[in-house]
Amino acid sequence: MPEIRVTPLGAGQDVGRSCILVSIAGKNVMLDCGMHMGFNDDRRFPDFSYITQNGRLTDFLDCVIISHFHLDHCGALPYFSEMVGYDGPIYMTHPTQAICPILLEDYRKIAVDKKGEANFFTSQMIKDCMKKVVAVHLHQTVQVDDELEIKAYYAGHVLGAAMFQIKVGSESVVYTGDYNMTPDRHLGAAWIDKCRPNLLITESTYATTIRDSKRCRERDFLKKVHETVERGGKVLIPVFALGRAQELCILLETFWERMNLKVPIYFSTGLTEKANHYYKLFIPWTNQKIRKTFVQRNMFEFKHIKAFDRAFADNPGPMVRPAAGPASTSTPVGLLSSAGVVFATPGMLHAGQSLQIFRKWAGNEKNMVIMPGYCVQGTVGHKILSGQRKLEMEGRQVLEVKMQVEYMSFSAHADAKGIMQLVGQAEPESVLLVHGEAKKMEFLKQKIEQELRVNCYMPANGETVTLPTSPSIPVGISLGLLKREMAQGLLPEAKKPRLLHGTLIMKDSNFRLVSSEQALKELGLAEHQLRFTCRVHLHDTRKEQETALRVYSHLKSVLKDHCVQHLPDGSVTVESVLLQAAAPSEDPGTKVLLVSWTYQDEELGSFLTSLLKKGLPQAPS
Amino acid sequence: MKLYCLSGHPTLPCNVLKFKSTTIMLDCGLDMTSTLNFLPLPLVQSPRLSNLPGWSLKDGNAFLDKTELIDLSTVDVILISNYHCMMALPYITEHTGFTGTVYATEPTVQIGRLLPSPLKDAVEVSTWRRCYTMQEVNSALSKIQLVGYSQKIELFGAVQVTPLSSGYALGSSNWIIQSHYEKVSYVSGSSLLTTHPQPMDQASLKNSDVLVLTGLTQIPTANPDGMVGEFCSNLALTVRNGGNVLVPCYPSGVIYDLLECLYQYIDSAGLSSVPLYFISPVANSSLEFSQIFAEWLCHNKQSKVYLPEPPFPHAELIQTNKLKHYPSIHGDFSNDFRQPCVVFTGHPSLRFGDVVHFMELWGKSSLNTVIFTEPDFSYLEALAPYQPLAMKCIYCPIDTRLNFIQVSKLLKEVQPLHVVCPEQYTQPPPAQSHRMDLMIDCQPPAMSYRRAEVLALPFKRRYEKIEIMPELADSLVPMEIKPGISLATVSAVLHTKDNKHLLQPPPRPAQPTSGKKRKRVSDDVPDCKVLKPLLSGSIPVEQFVQTLEKHGFSDIKVEDTAKGHIVLLQEAETLIQIEEDSTHIICDNDEMLRVRLRDLVLKFLQKF
Repeated sequence: MPEIRVTPLGAGQDVGRSCILVSIAGKNVMLDCGMHMGFNDDRRFPDFSYITQNGRLTDFLDCVIISHFHLDHCGALPYFSEMVGYDGPIYMTHPTQAICPILLEDYRKIAVDKKGEANFFTSQMIKDCMKKVVAVHLHQTVQVDDELEIKAYYAGHVLGAAMFQIKVGSESVVYTGDYNMTPDRHLGAAWIDKCRPNLLITESTYATTIRDSKRCRERDFLKKVHETVERGGKVLIPVFALGRAQELCILLETFWERMNLKVPIYFSTGLTEKANHYYKLFIPWTNQKIRKTFVQRNMFEFKHIKAFDRAFADNPGPMVRPAAGPASTSTPVGLLSSAGVVFATPGMLHAGQSLQIFRKWAGNEKNMVIMPGYCVQGTVGHKILSGQRKLEMEGRQVLEVKMQVEYMSFSAHADAKGIMQLVGQAEPESVLLVHGEAKKMEFLKQKIEQELRVNCYMPANGETVTLPTSPSIPVGISLGLLKREMAQGLLPEAKKPRLLHGTLIMKDSNFRLVSSEQALKELGLAEHQLRFTCRVHLHDTRKEQETALRVYSHLKSVLKDHCVQHLPDGSVTVESVLLQAAAPSEDPGTKVLLVSWTYQDEELGSFLTSLLKKGLPQAPS
Repeated sequence: MKLYCLSGHPTLPCNVLKFKSTTIMLDCGLDMTSTLNFLPLPLVQSPRLSNLPGWSLKDGNAFLDKTELIDLSTVDVILISNYHCMMALPYITEHTGFTGTVYATEPTVQIGRLLPSPLKDAVEVSTWRRCYTMQEVNSALSKIQLVGYSQKIELFGAVQVTPLSSGYALGSSNWIIQSHYEKVSYVSGSSLLTTHPQPMDQASLKNSDVLVLTGLTQIPTANPDGMVGEFCSNLALTVRNGGNVLVPCYPSGVIYDLLECLYQYIDSAGLSSVPLYFISPVANSSLEFSQIFAEWLCHNKQSKVYLPEPPFPHAELIQTNKLKHYPSIHGDFSNDFRQPCVVFTGHPSLRFGDVVHFMELWGKSSLNTVIFTEPDFSYLEALAPYQPLAMKCIYCPIDTRLNFIQVSKLLKEVQPLHVVCPEQYTQPPPAQSHRMDLMIDCQPPAMSYRRAEVLALPFKRRYEKIEIMPELADSLVPMEIKPGISLATVSAVLHTKDNKHLLQPPPRPAQPTSGKKRKRVSDDVPDCKVLKPLLSGSIPVEQFVQTLEKHGFSDIKVEDTAKGHIVLLQEAETLIQIEEDSTHIICDNDEMLRVRLRDLVLKFLQKF
């Protein structure tokens, strides 16, 4: 029995180090190859020894697909390909291919240069790994080999994010990666056609959340930022360099412009300018509005957002009282003013500049940190969001958080409604949840099973889900046979389902369905005709011709749907069954009727003989 | 399968393919050479131009009158191969009752939108035939569905169409139209040269039954590389002598390559101080758009985007103020204008656009040069109304499309069963009738078409894909007939929906109803539509007789006949004639007996 098997090595009832193995029709595909932000030990990478203990991974995997450039989806890639060893193709979209190596290099620097880790992948390994990448276009059908094909759909989550359909013959799986079902200020909404996969593997980060309207969230965000800077506070917004950063930059940029604000906005890393450049060059991946207007104004060229100045971070709290109103031009701006907004990386406050700035500013209640996205367990971001106000930092130092902590979901993930919507769009036979928390998944699983009546699974890491499939078998039918059948299907009497009869010729992997006659001819075989002739004795004193005529009218009255004919030579035919009155036997009161038919007319022939056995109805004399 | 040929212009094709149940239009180019029949539209009324006698009209407007060949409202889809081949689109989508879909790539649409057409840009002028309004153009463009290379698009479940990179321009495509067993390739405007677009995808064209070949180079004798060299040296010569260079061109396409060449050339030639002006209402858009289609560019340019840097060096020319672009000669340009300079502007026909102004302005001085690079118009005819002309004229047509040598290489590579092409490609050009190398040479010879012809394409469909449901497949009993060949007889119910065919297991025979109602005789009449298989094989008489004996028949007598044997069962008054290819059982009306004998005979035969 054919089946589809799915084993998450990461992201099974968890968020982080997404890595899902799929076996479909004998092909093995690995979906994503991420790292886990919550761990610093072995657990940060998926356990590839699950695939094979000895031997190269290349022998066990037909391809690897990366859904987008976030490190929890691609962070383990150089480790996987260069240190464990994989030489097969790695598929990702063009923007992902462009941005992925930069984030990997960034990640490597933090791990090796800052934390001093040994046995980590090198810059060269990142380069070598990227050489194995094959870039795909949206909606392009990529033939991995003769049987396995993949196709990318727009996912909206970040620049270049894609959902992938993996297809072998008539069996298919769709993996969503991370996606967003509502367009935002710089990206469009995820979309997939009604491709009816056997299985849809979907992220479920916001499995239980139904978000309020985006407008409200944005208004709320702007209000909080505005209030804080107005009272002279600083706003820290931890973000990842690409993704929400651009979204929130566009949001603040337009607000600053509209309100004519002069308070500075900074972006913390050197990566940013480069990052924005990617957005400018990959305009076709952004939303419709940006695409339409980019010639006049490229939305990613910011006027109000400047490169970060360290002196600003070192200024821990308000020193100069800011002016009351934002429109006041007498306020000294820039570094002298303490008010301001900083976007800093990374987004979960687990390392780097955002954490440094956070430590400097945390003590002042006038400041505010706004967490615009999801935080993995174990990160500082997660701790402060769950209400912790005393944080133990390295060196047993305790950091007291006095600044305001706000959480605002600007993550470009689908919420529960969005997930249900996507399931509805694709119409899968089954759904499998990954990239979420077990408890929330449980809720969504029930909802999907009840509302959409689709089986839903949520395997933990290392747990395998097996789905039996029943793929239909494609064969070639000879056009003659098909047309004959279809023409008869159009006849008015063909109300009952009709049976098509033919011969399937199987030669190597070439399957053809042809008419029996053609099959015989192709194989150089002659037809063997099997014919039956039965002697039916009838009591009738009349002449043969008259007997034949009586038989004719009798059959004509019984067999209304059949072609009954009386031929000039005195014989009677019913379709191709031949009836002939033979010379009288010894008994002049008995006539012998010869009924003759071929094997192909057996039903009719046997029916006629048994009918005639009962004799002819009494004719009016 | 038929091909309706609506255009006779080999580089501006318009054909309609009827394939299975679909009607597919391949390109809808508009022949604009007839604009040369008109006088230029000058910026300022020119007494000289307006006193010229009117041109005699050639057979103009080729496309628009030839549509009685086929009812265009029956066209299901239109496939566009590049931005030059879509100028008749508004006519078809807005004036013919067309209700289908148009497929094109994103760069094709975005750049096609920018390209000038006399019909769009000169609608006010009464002497020019007015075809469509801006609204119609926009409405036509809104009917386009964007597609990517190698995207498989299903049409009504019957046919699949796929665009492939053709290497000629940004987003330019060839198309594959195929069903499960037939494949037509439509090759239109392709290039094997390495310029800025993604290279041509040749491999996917293999195994075509028919390859329709259009859009070859219009200047088969000119080598584009040599032409670019000549372009640069003439440009340098003129500028060094204090003259100006005018390049009449389209706002997109070869201009990107020319700017790239100049980017490399001007410094080495010591011309870095000479300003380059690009004047077109869409100059800015064209330059901006060229930078955002990374995915449609050649590998080198793609890798630049990964850095991230703009893929085309004209970004740097603009940044360093070497290249300046203006929407028109009005406004900023007149302030910035410095001579000597190089001006790129349209239209290449010299009949409208800002180029007319520069011809008037610079035509009188022999220091200046006009360099023709676009191959679409005869430069002599283009220049005719400006004669007498003192300025130098250089003809460097740059057409990167396939030449005949490349075509024959391509055909050898992809080996289509049949080639179909415009008749112009099956004979040498009229002006060079001795050049037998300037025509398509293939085996079997290419089928040629001319305008308003209908070709029956030479292949017959024999097979269609059908799916066998797994339950049915499980019930099949294959038997090996010859080594490597197995057979299984199939009796199944055919379901057809959306042009997809499916075989399902036959319904189980209905349980006989135990109703006590007396049945009428006719209720028992069998459904003769239940087909029995055919039989094959032969019956060895001796073994057959042994089998009969084993099954309790005695008193068996065998007689030889001319063609076989007769087996007599005397007791049962039954006679069985056995020949090589037939068996005939003649017996009394005893159904039990007949069925027993039948089953014994069938043991020796194979069913089909």
